[in-house]
Amino acid sequence: MIRIIINNLIRFVVLVFIQVFLLKNIGYYNLATPFLYILFVLLLPFETPNILLFVLSFLLGLTIDTFYDTLGINAAATCVLAFVRIIFINLTVQRQGLETEPEPKLGIMGFRWFFFYTLILTLFHHLTLFLLETFTFSDIKYTLIRVVLSSIFTIVLVLLSEFIFFRKKER
Amino acid sequence: MRNLWLFLSKYNAFFFFIIFFSISIVLFVRNNSFQRASVLNSSNQIVGKAYETTNYLKSYLNLAVVNDSLAAENARLRGEMKSAFYSDSIVKREIVDTIQHQQYSYIVGEVVNNSIHHKDNTITINRGRKHGIKKGMGVISPTGVVGLVLNVSDNYSTVQSLLHSDTRISACIKENNAFGSLTWGEENYDPMVALLKDIPNHVKVTKGQHIITSGYSTRFPKGIAIGRVRRTGVKGGESFLNIEVQLSTDFSTLQYVYVVNNLLAAEQEQVEAIQPAK
Repeated sequence: MIRIIINNLIRFVVLVFIQVFLLKNIGYYNLATPFLYILFVLLLPFETPNILLFVLSFLLGLTIDTFYDTLGINAAATCVLAFVRIIFINLTVQRQGLETEPEPKLGIMGFRWFFFYTLILTLFHHLTLFLLETFTFSDIKYTLIRVVLSSIFTIVLVLLSEFIFFRKKER
Repeated sequence: MRNLWLFLSKYNAFFFFIIFFSISIVLFVRNNSFQRASVLNSSNQIVGKAYETTNYLKSYLNLAVVNDSLAAENARLRGEMKSAFYSDSIVKREIVDTIQHQQYSYIVGEVVNNSIHHKDNTITINRGRKHGIKKGMGVISPTGVVGLVLNVSDNYSTVQSLLHSDTRISACIKENNAFGSLTWGEENYDPMVALLKDIPNHVKVTKGQHIITSGYSTRFPKGIAIGRVRRTGVKGGESFLNIEVQLSTDFSTLQYVYVVNNLLAAEQEQVEAIQPAK
């Protein structure tokens, strides 16, 4: 239990650090900007209570916002992310399996499940983020292109980092 | 009552979502209005310090480029010194100059945080209230205009860069003095290109002409470089030209900036605020 908490704490700090000092400076003009920090919410254990999940997501978004000078945007996007995560997991994961499979990781859940999990959650997160940032529907085509390209960028980074820390089933 | 409780706990995810999402939206909207919540942004002490530390390390990478631009500026300033001019008169006279008063003073600052990839880009510099910086002052670099001061804390301030969709800068064409306003971020997100608007159709604009600040606002002195005309043309039946400006400042390698302190700003604003008698 304590190991899980410490693990997630370290993950939080490291991801915020990478996002703010490294990925903030990377981007293909304004079209594709990666948001790797959502990996923290993706990898929270299955058994996390809903309230804790939302509080953590909100805090994460607020931390990123503070560094980006965009108060509220990332926090709103991570709230959507947490909500979609709850729905997605309810739909696809059986309740009985939860004790043996503590965390939604690539090595445990398999590539196909993890890929769709990342794809859907990232799309929702980026859609909220960019729509709130532009706050208008007039440039919708441009915004959608940004959403798609940024999502591809983020998904590639998420999958890469999962492959780097790949661990086979511990059973 | 018990049923209500059951209902709430069954769909708790949805209600948590509503609560937290509305908190974020409230924060976002309040932050967007004129009175910005200035606590949680990068002029904040902790965040500013963190950015300053990483920037201290990063600054070594750009040292050569910065040295070059500083040397170039030194050369330009040296050219403006009295000793650089040839004097025709044989007799030297001491003149106590009472006509010219100093109007602008400059505060040098180092960029500790910068962004160019967003829709609304801001820059953080390591000078603040202590050093005499106030909200709304203009910011320039050795190569041209940078932006306007947005928020000030004791030691840091954030600058609303030229690459921000709300920034409007009064600019004119050096060759014929036609003036308009410079904008960025409308269907154009290239960090090297801005748009000059409100220049009427009959003005002759050609590629390569210089764009400088007009000096009409109290923020910038007249004649600070902005860039050069890259492309010009009329957009679908409008009576104003749409001029693309190649910016002279490379925002991605910005390191040292000067904050413009207009000593006569208050006086000018005061006289302009007087309404004509009816």
